[in-house]
Amino acid sequence: MVDATPHAEQGVPPAETPELELYHPKGWWTTYVFSQDAKVIAIQYSGTALAIGLVALVLSWLMRLQLGFPGTFDFITPEAYYQFMTMHGMIMVIYLLTALFLGGFGNYLIPLMVGARDMVFPYVNMLSYWIYLLAVLVLVASFFAPGGPTGAGWTLYPPQAILSGTPGGQGAGIILMLVSLILFIIGFTMGGLNYVVTVVQGRTRGMTLMRMPLTVWGIFTATVMALLAFPALFVACVMMLFDRLLGTSFFMPALVEMGQLMSYGGGSPILFQHLFWFFGHPEVYIVALPAFGIVSDLISTHARKNIFGYRMMVWAIIIIGALSFVVWAHHMYVSGMHPWFGFFFATTTLIIAIPTAIKVYNWVLTLWRGDIHLTLPMLFSLAFIVTFVNGGLTGLFLGNVVVDVPLSDTMFVVAHFHMVMGVAPVLVVFGAIYHWYPKITGRMLNEAMGQFHFWVTFVGAYAIFFPMHYVGLVGVPRRYPELGDVAFVADSVHSLNAFITIAALIVGFAQMVFLFNLVWSLRYGREAGGNPWRATSLEWQTPTTPPPHGNWGAARPIVYRWAYDYSVPGAPEDFIAQNDPGPQHRGAV
Amino acid sequence: MAVALVLVLVVVGSILFHILSPWWWSPIASNWGYIDQTLIITFWITGAVFSAVVLFMAYCVFRFRHREGVKADYNPENKKLEWWLTAVTAVGVAAMLAPGLYVWSQFITVPDDATEVEVVGQQWQWSYRLPGQDGRLGKSDNRLVTYENPLGIDPDDPYGQDDVVIEAADLHLPIDKPVKMLLRSIDVLHDFYVPEFRAKMDMVPGTVTYFWFTPTRTGTFEVLCAELCGTGHGYMRGIVMVDTEEDYQAWLDGQTTFAQLSAPTTVGVMDADEP
Repeated sequence: MVDATPHAEQGVPPAETPELELYHPKGWWTTYVFSQDAKVIAIQYSGTALAIGLVALVLSWLMRLQLGFPGTFDFITPEAYYQFMTMHGMIMVIYLLTALFLGGFGNYLIPLMVGARDMVFPYVNMLSYWIYLLAVLVLVASFFAPGGPTGAGWTLYPPQAILSGTPGGQGAGIILMLVSLILFIIGFTMGGLNYVVTVVQGRTRGMTLMRMPLTVWGIFTATVMALLAFPALFVACVMMLFDRLLGTSFFMPALVEMGQLMSYGGGSPILFQHLFWFFGHPEVYIVALPAFGIVSDLISTHARKNIFGYRMMVWAIIIIGALSFVVWAHHMYVSGMHPWFGFFFATTTLIIAIPTAIKVYNWVLTLWRGDIHLTLPMLFSLAFIVTFVNGGLTGLFLGNVVVDVPLSDTMFVVAHFHMVMGVAPVLVVFGAIYHWYPKITGRMLNEAMGQFHFWVTFVGAYAIFFPMHYVGLVGVPRRYPELGDVAFVADSVHSLNAFITIAALIVGFAQMVFLFNLVWSLRYGREAGGNPWRATSLEWQTPTTPPPHGNWGAARPIVYRWAYDYSVPGAPEDFIAQNDPGPQHRGAV
Repeated sequence: MAVALVLVLVVVGSILFHILSPWWWSPIASNWGYIDQTLIITFWITGAVFSAVVLFMAYCVFRFRHREGVKADYNPENKKLEWWLTAVTAVGVAAMLAPGLYVWSQFITVPDDATEVEVVGQQWQWSYRLPGQDGRLGKSDNRLVTYENPLGIDPDDPYGQDDVVIEAADLHLPIDKPVKMLLRSIDVLHDFYVPEFRAKMDMVPGTVTYFWFTPTRTGTFEVLCAELCGTGHGYMRGIVMVDTEEDYQAWLDGQTTFAQLSAPTTVGVMDADEP
């Protein structure tokens, strides 16, 4: 057995620089609204992301109503269906998940977990949120624009995205969408630079990189990836905006629309797809890596056992992050790109399964001989593993180029990516909120409501997306508002669709209980104390809860050990905090 | 206890659903049975991994759930175990990738005796073009598309004159003859998708894409568009009929060539020009 963790004996380096003075808010507005405190910014990010996410949730109900009971709802025209679908996808991926994991959890947890007083550039951090809010408002504005929002699908593939055959293509819809994305990327870059520099430069004494909690590793790596991937989307958006407004032809070949020869010529629609997926595939891991990190910490804490194979876990995060930049064209096997690409991208895609599998093994091996407390964060973590393994394995179908050919553009794909990057990360979001809510508010979330929320969400989401794979296997294409009578589709598939819709409505309802719990427990939740889970990482060791601006009172903590000293043999308690110097050193530093 | 039970039920339920549910792919009508076989291999491997991981978790939750006075193990790493798991995973991945890449190389290697059939997509209908007597398709360009020349065939290219043009009607294919489907779009992305053939490919304006297959079963098959192409995407349907050789010839004899299509119009124009 190798001891992976240098402990207190390694010593703590002396402070090299004096502490910087934090900005002191002068009144209510600068404390709670135009705040430079990362924790307030985190709550602003999270609140905004959840609010717009609620819109996307309602849109998903409308889509499911149409798919489950086609022809019943007159107001869901094909145009409306495509608009619901596009906005649902874009909001969920970008404005909810990316913003929540990085802007929300990143802002709240990074400074606390690495022992910093705040992000290194608090003013830019504040700007980041307000530009994000502006991006969300522009996005919302497109619902009220003439012609409505764009219905081009969240992938926004040209030429159709900017032509009149697509809802919003010749109206303001697509323009507002592209402008909103550009704003989002500008805002994100401001926040992202902050998260990266804070992790690299802002760690407290003794917090070596290999002592950081995996949550920080996940968010840090995801942010580095986002900083490299979003520029591809940025230029793609700018170019498409030029094609739409100035008549350039970056992505537009010569084409005839509704009998009219357009003035475009010479551009490449596939170029857009390369740019989009050069961003789009890392984006999957931008959402997944923070979830990987967080779930590692939740499992370790609630199983009272160190995360198994910490160093391997760190390297797996980094390798997945790097490999995810060379797999993008697996979204394009049937796009008409050169077929030889298939060999390369299928190989890289299946290789990425190996470090991902290692993470899964290490999570379940952490449970082995643990002391498993079936708290809400642990339940959500277990549910995450089930759904992530399920969704990850169906990725091996779609990544293996020739198997993808019959399945691509069917409901199998929809089921796959919802399971792996919808349900699985959202379950982590819930687990994380149940875990850190006591630190943020000082109160526990209500357990009974939480149990109801968990069981309905987990079982319900599985009942929605597992059978959906088989709808795709039958051959039902995605992005069809209704299938009508098709010979190869049995009537029973329509019954299955109705079942999925009912399950989706029930799961949606359970989220209202969760939102109610968030508000109710703010006032009526049980007092949590500073460290209700008896956890080791620094955020639980703050002198006051919730932590005030500056986090640490008079002196920043000093770190003597990794974040996973649970159930250490011979220790008086089943956890040793990271800033605990250990029995032989207590009082020495 | 309940949690472990639910985890077991997830595994058992998923397997039973897979075996008992009536929802499976449509009977194949092309030579791509290899694709189906690779898919089946993938189902076996992934199904085994899913069951193993979730059942292991269920056991852990049952066996190592919190009990008073019991402490967890302290066990940071196990290099040997981690490398073993990595190696086993790599073998499993290779077992799926190798047949996949092998079948892919067949998929992209068009046999020499394949006849060419052009599919042209436009919002929101399917048209087709066959090479005619000379066995060669004439040049085409979206800039040449007019009401009279809906597929944009180059009237100056002699190879194009005998091309058979099938505008917004059914396509027929002879059984057991390999076909190379040349795919073209005159407006936005489309995707020619017949579930029973297993193969599909996007159609991209400005370029010609392709795939090939051999129809192995006569019958009537539905064509669906599989790449979002605007409001009518869900209604962009068509029909492909796979015929016996005789039926196919009979159908082909009834089709019109590009020259026949453009002839009356040309005469009409000349009439107008001459006073």
